[in-house]
Amino acid sequence: MAQSIGKSLLDKVWDAHSVRELPSGQTQLFIGLHLVHEVTSPQGFQMLRAAGLPVLFPDRTFATVDHIVPTASRARPLADALAEEMFQALEQNTAENKIEMFHIGSGRQGIVHVIGPELGLTQPGSTIACGDSHTSTHGAFGAIAFGIGTTQVRDVLATQCLAMQRPRVRRIEVRGQLGAGVYAKDVTLHVIRTLGVKGGIGYAYEYAGSVIEGFSMEERMTLCNMAIEGGARVGYVNPDATTYEYLRGRPYAPQGAAFDRAIEWWGSMASDPGASYDDVVALEGTTIAPTVTWGIHPGHAIGVDECIPRLSELSDEDRGTAERAFAYMDLKPGAPIAGTPIDVAFVGSCTNSRISDLRVAASIVAGRQVKSGVRALVVPGSEAVQKQAEAEGLPEVFRAAGFDWREPGCSMCLAMNPDKLRGRELCASSSNRNFPGRQGSPTGRTLLMSPAMVAAAAIRGHVIDVRELL
Amino acid sequence: MEELEKIEGRRGTGVVVRGADIDTDQIIPARYMTSIRFAGLEEHVFHDSRFTPDGVAKDHPFNDDRFAAASILVVGRNFGCGSSREHAPQALTRWGIRAIVGESFAEIFFGNCISLGVPAVTADPADVEALMDAVELDPSQEIEIDLLSMTVRSRAGQARVALPEAARRALLEGTWDAMRVLLMARDEIQATADRLPYVRGF
Repeated sequence: MAQSIGKSLLDKVWDAHSVRELPSGQTQLFIGLHLVHEVTSPQGFQMLRAAGLPVLFPDRTFATVDHIVPTASRARPLADALAEEMFQALEQNTAENKIEMFHIGSGRQGIVHVIGPELGLTQPGSTIACGDSHTSTHGAFGAIAFGIGTTQVRDVLATQCLAMQRPRVRRIEVRGQLGAGVYAKDVTLHVIRTLGVKGGIGYAYEYAGSVIEGFSMEERMTLCNMAIEGGARVGYVNPDATTYEYLRGRPYAPQGAAFDRAIEWWGSMASDPGASYDDVVALEGTTIAPTVTWGIHPGHAIGVDECIPRLSELSDEDRGTAERAFAYMDLKPGAPIAGTPIDVAFVGSCTNSRISDLRVAASIVAGRQVKSGVRALVVPGSEAVQKQAEAEGLPEVFRAAGFDWREPGCSMCLAMNPDKLRGRELCASSSNRNFPGRQGSPTGRTLLMSPAMVAAAAIRGHVIDVRELL
Repeated sequence: MEELEKIEGRRGTGVVVRGADIDTDQIIPARYMTSIRFAGLEEHVFHDSRFTPDGVAKDHPFNDDRFAAASILVVGRNFGCGSSREHAPQALTRWGIRAIVGESFAEIFFGNCISLGVPAVTADPADVEALMDAVELDPSQEIEIDLLSMTVRSRAGQARVALPEAARRALLEGTWDAMRVLLMARDEIQATADRLPYVRGF
């Protein structure tokens, strides 16, 4: 007798949102939530206008401004006239199309992948699209969420749908537990280091195992945020009691009896115990150390107690990029990564700018001083995070240590605003990409690590194992 | 709306950008994206590999006059990794690129290429290497990508190329701009929305 095979969350969500199969063999997939920001949407709205089409589901579409927002002063008009033009275009496009926009000062503005969850817009079992590759973040809730290009932003505006190929599913189980000083950021870097920066192409990553199940929602967001850095457009965690408790009472979450009915449906969308997967990978949590990148993509990652690899230790496939990395980073093959001097310390970005990230960083810097000569800044991910941090006295802790405390935005993650590296500066960064030039200087250098490790590096002036400061 | 072009292949001279994991920040640095238009992005394609911080042109194929009229880009592995920015293929197409041959592509970048009608086909590493060598040796030769026979032809010979079938069909049938296809199912879209408890209301 045929064994009944269970379905994964990916399959259930896919089937529930399938409008039809397209002649090409792709699925016309309904998108339950479309998040819009100022950088990748103006041309999309313009194309929509040129086609003479309205926004089909304006009430499933929400917007905010994050990438271009200066974090020192957000007074309008913005000093950068082009950034101001983008800001105004978003205001006009959302007003014309009756799309709700979370404005600066509303208490709800912030990085799009921080505010979606905190407003309760991000929900299990849904599909989410945004013109930003880190949309995978929302998979933390058991949503299928992916980044799209601007032509696809137009497609979603016009049709609330995308033409998509169903991905394969790789289950990644992180077993055991994490040691002290090891965080979700280390787990996500470890996964990329293990499976490679293109290992996830064509896959959705389902993260599971005792380490993931024990994670808070904010830790799960950090994990899923960087699925795309491993090549996987989608990463997700099955919804559970932790998910539901996070969502309870959030402004856009169902309320009262509807919330209980929602929990029932959300739970039904989780992967079945007997679900079949295209691939299963198991990793041991206890072996994961605080992890740091040394090169020019997030797969160039090692434990902080390891040495930068020598070319001879790398596979043929990895050597070419590694050679470019050594030339660009000016770090010595075979040398320990610990001790690498830093110029800038950045805590922020859609990966690590939530309240738990700021609390951890604050606990490291409390009563200590940023090393002289290091430029250090903390940028909360949203106005809500900012307010919570203020209520807890975190800005005072950071300022007393010598950090700049800034206004919410994407900041130095991608440098579409005044926060940029200068020249060859080397930055200990809690963000997600260490590509050449990523942080705004064509020759600037980035070492990715957890907020705790950034805080520790800021204090010592060089990369150190945060476990020495716990 | 005007008819979309049915794309059965591309033919033109080539330009080679070597190296694996060329990310979209390399293709178009974010600091050149502060605009509500795509126009002008071509000036900054591969900017940081083409120019020193002082603006002095470096040795780069996109600065080399021999490749100035190229329309077929030949690349390595995992090209276009990183951000979802359509600005990357927009910068390439506005510079003159009409098709890409590579070892492999990042997924979002690939999708963006197809939705702009840019075939991004893959070939075996040895074939890509041979094509790269051939183009660098003789930049004036014509390269032909044929989506019917799924081959690329150059003076290096003929090699097999691959493209996911859905993308191939979309290009061949002129349905690579998905919006008009998606819009045909208006009633089904509404029916799907009505069926979803979180859209309908719990």
